[in-house]
Amino acid sequence: MNRMQRSAIALAAGAGIVALAAYAQQPGATPSSSVEQYREMLADDNPAELWEARGEDLWKQKRGPKKASLERCDLGLGPGIVKGAYTVLPKYFADSDRVEDLESRLVTCMVTLQGLTPEEAKKNPFASPGKKVPMDALVAYVSAQSRGMKVNVSLDHPKEREAYEVGRKIFYYRAGPHDFGCVTCHGADNERIRLQDLPNLTQAAGSQRAFTTWPAYRVSQGEVRSMQWRLNDCFRQARFPQLEFVSPASIALELFLAHNANGGVMNAPSVKR
Amino acid sequence: MRHARIAAASFVVAIAGCAAPTTTQTNAASDAEVSRVLHASFQSRGQATLDRLDQDEVQRACSQAQGKPVARDVAERLQKAQLATIKYPADGELMGDWKAGEKIAQSGIGKQYSDDPTAVAGGNCYACHQLTKQEIAYGTIGPSLLGFGRNRGFTPEMRKYVYGKVYNAEAYMACTNMPRFGHMNILTEQQIKDVVALLMDPKSPVNQ
Repeated sequence: MNRMQRSAIALAAGAGIVALAAYAQQPGATPSSSVEQYREMLADDNPAELWEARGEDLWKQKRGPKKASLERCDLGLGPGIVKGAYTVLPKYFADSDRVEDLESRLVTCMVTLQGLTPEEAKKNPFASPGKKVPMDALVAYVSAQSRGMKVNVSLDHPKEREAYEVGRKIFYYRAGPHDFGCVTCHGADNERIRLQDLPNLTQAAGSQRAFTTWPAYRVSQGEVRSMQWRLNDCFRQARFPQLEFVSPASIALELFLAHNANGGVMNAPSVKR
Repeated sequence: MRHARIAAASFVVAIAGCAAPTTTQTNAASDAEVSRVLHASFQSRGQATLDRLDQDEVQRACSQAQGKPVARDVAERLQKAQLATIKYPADGELMGDWKAGEKIAQSGIGKQYSDDPTAVAGGNCYACHQLTKQEIAYGTIGPSLLGFGRNRGFTPEMRKYVYGKVYNAEAYMACTNMPRFGHMNILTEQQIKDVVALLMDPKSPVNQ
């Protein structure tokens, strides 16, 4: 993103905050409803398109020791099929003999098709201040090709069922100095942390609302964030140790959440605060 | 215990026949398998070391209940054991400064690997509770505490209850979402006194 685009976004975000403050003063406005309105304003213009375009370039670019593109990567619907692939992930892959999500599958393809080592492919999975990473762009590109399509994650394979059950237990797993687990914030309807609405991830409606809107462009961070990032940062806030990128726990939990969101219509990358 | 679990599992299957649960029921994963997956998936970073994955008996029982209430006898046993952990101040004084308490209620700093381990931790009360009319950015995971002392009476018994509740909430309601601020060394004794003052001092904005 160039400097002009960045300042335009910053300006828009600033205007949103001013509008939010003004709206909050209107009689009858609740804090949540003004945040909701702020979100609607943001959705008009989605900076994630820049990541999607960059991701498409990276997908087609010949990279790595094998000087190959990712265009023959099998994301679950067959080699090279990107459209709709995000709706079936995470899923079991026979070639790697395990359940993989999008980020994990991209790592697998970078290794098998492009010749990167697993360590190279997993390095820098999330953007840091001033430093964009290929993974965010690829995730934005692939997920956007499922926009408008229904989540359709299967439990047909025994390893998918096993991962789902591990994911369920991790969702309810409370530990650490605060006794927190996913369920602490995401186990009931209509709850907020400060002013942030919390989806109930034990129910279909809440799971669909959450799962279909990740990855997302985060206005406060100026970055597209993946589902792997979302889970990683939730565990940080829950005072857990660091969740490793594409780790078995992250994929099991994601499968649990994705399957509970089946039938929801994908609308990612979305725009979030 | 194992028989009880099998009986509980069959009961779940029986219920599932009547009303479809929203989450899919298949064969449950064993606790050993979950522990293996967790230990293979996290790594220590800063103050958040891997031993945080190990559960105490409260965490284990509450996790097994999967968001549902634990059995009454289990709840009573857990609460009794947690009640015994509460250390009241040696000087007998339970109330500090509500202004310091308000700062603690606002601050979410503490125990995250991204936090400076030497920084003063907060209680982050506003994340889950309404406390004062002035602060509109409050969460709703816990009940509103607006007017707490005024509504319940500014009595020594109530002060003692609040101190204990903040120190170890599991002593009063098994598997509550509220952290055990004293028992887990999140807040110091003085900080808990300050939070008690925020709720129980007649001059605190909570009671205006």
